Amino acid sequence: MSKRFGEQTVLEAIDLTIAPGELVALLGPSGCGKTTLLRIIAGLETADAGALRFGEIDATRLSVQERRVGFVFQAYALFRHMSVFDNIAYGLTVRPRRARPSRREIERRVADLLDMMQLAGFGARYPAQLSGGQRQRVALARALAIEPRVLLLDEPFGALDAKVRRDLRGWLRDLHDRTGLTTVFVTHDQSEAMELADRVAILNAGRIEQVGAPREVSEAPATPFVREFLA
Amino acid sequence: MSELGAAGSSAIFEAGVPTVLLSPREVANESAGARRLLIAAAIGFLALFLLLPLAIVFAEAFSRGAAAYVATFFDPDARSAIALTLTVAAIVVPINATFGIAAAWAVAKFDFVGKNLLITLIDLPLSVSPVVAGLVFVLIFGAQGLLGPWAAAHGLHVIFALPGVALATLFVTFPFVARELVPLMQQQGSAAEETALTLGASGWKAFLTVTLPNVRWALLYGVLLCNARAMGEFGAVSVVSGHIRGLTNTIPLQVEILYNEYDVAAAFSLASLLAFLALATLGFKSWLEWRSGGAFDRQWAR
Repeated sequence: MSKRFGEQTVLEAIDLTIAPGELVALLGPSGCGKTTLLRIIAGLETADAGALRFGEIDATRLSVQERRVGFVFQAYALFRHMSVFDNIAYGLTVRPRRARPSRREIERRVADLLDMMQLAGFGARYPAQLSGGQRQRVALARALAIEPRVLLLDEPFGALDAKVRRDLRGWLRDLHDRTGLTTVFVTHDQSEAMELADRVAILNAGRIEQVGAPREVSEAPATPFVREFLA
Repeated sequence: MSELGAAGSSAIFEAGVPTVLLSPREVANESAGARRLLIAAAIGFLALFLLLPLAIVFAEAFSRGAAAYVATFFDPDARSAIALTLTVAAIVVPINATFGIAAAWAVAKFDFVGKNLLITLIDLPLSVSPVVAGLVFVLIFGAQGLLGPWAAAHGLHVIFALPGVALATLFVTFPFVARELVPLMQQQGSAAEETALTLGASGWKAFLTVTLPNVRWALLYGVLLCNARAMGEFGAVSVVSGHIRGLTNTIPLQVEILYNEYDVAAAFSLASLLAFLALATLGFKSWLEWRSGGAFDRQWAR
């Protein structure tokens, strides 16, 4: 999967290639443009210049719906008036009748996802009744239900307390290894990025300072900013 | 943690830092007597200006007996007034609900040139005197008005007819739905809708399945307010309607006519309908607040 950008103001000359099945972290201080980059990949924002490709497919002109990306917001954005089951099944139930799986198929898939998230039996509950960690897993299950091309996570652990955060890091790595899904996540927490990612892209003021494996980036910082940021 | 009790307050040591807890009575400064006086004053004010008039409406309505009360509603003028009020409400409420949702959605989810102007315009009907609002429509659609000749040429009767009454009521009740929805939608943000989009829902589907359900209580309440005002509006409708008996009188206008003709009991009987509406609105509102269980949090953004 390759992505290449050039955009004014918020992001500048971003040239980033991500291999299929990779877990990449976009790391940087607040306001560096990492969330904007994530949103551009999802189609929630457009780049002024440049192209975005998913493998062979030119995605620059595809709509949000057509791109089939799984996006998890920082605050999860669960649909409060729907049960956990309806939340997870949402991506499948909004499909036009022709493309929609049967009721039984949807139930099966949701049940599988709930099992994967260790939330079996939670289908009838409502978001208000869940803890932060549980909500996050429901948000993930919801994104995975549509079998996305790529999974995008915006500060996935930002809203959780420290212990839950640590537990979920390992769990997310496991999940990624199991699904083999290309995943990009945004974070400002460098220990998190270093621990989880196959490769880390460090951004500053809209530019990519360095891209590389965690060890490579920390042992051989390419710019003074990287060296100080990882210090 | 150790505690020292002394005259209603206690000192607790948490993490080595002395923290003093004041008992409830110490936090407020006024004496119990002053507080009771204030509460009594508030209740007295409410009783005088709200409960008493309401009681008088019903007392006067039944002053000539129950038979006379019922007979009021069989009078043809009264019936056409009721019919007109219901018709106007049936026209105005859905239109304002639609525009209110659209305006609130535009203001809350987007940034565009003229956004502040739109917000000001939404509030405009609340700051303009209803009589002036009605007069504006007369000036536009009246015989010597801006569009008067055009309307006459097309056989359109706006002023002194149903369209005029509906327009005036539409203008006056426009803000209610929008003002309920804007702060709520701004607070909720766009994350839920954007999630729905990434999951494959079209913009319209996301709106129907995510945005609307998220605001349903506030929407119902706005519709409730809009309806109550639409049925009770007097000033703007009075200017625009021409007071043609049996044709262009709404309930409030008919009440005025009856009262001016010294048919006091009938006037109050008809007015009791509006009083019932007020009570029903309040009851429905309480039910809404209970039903939404605190999810219904009205915050004024401005």
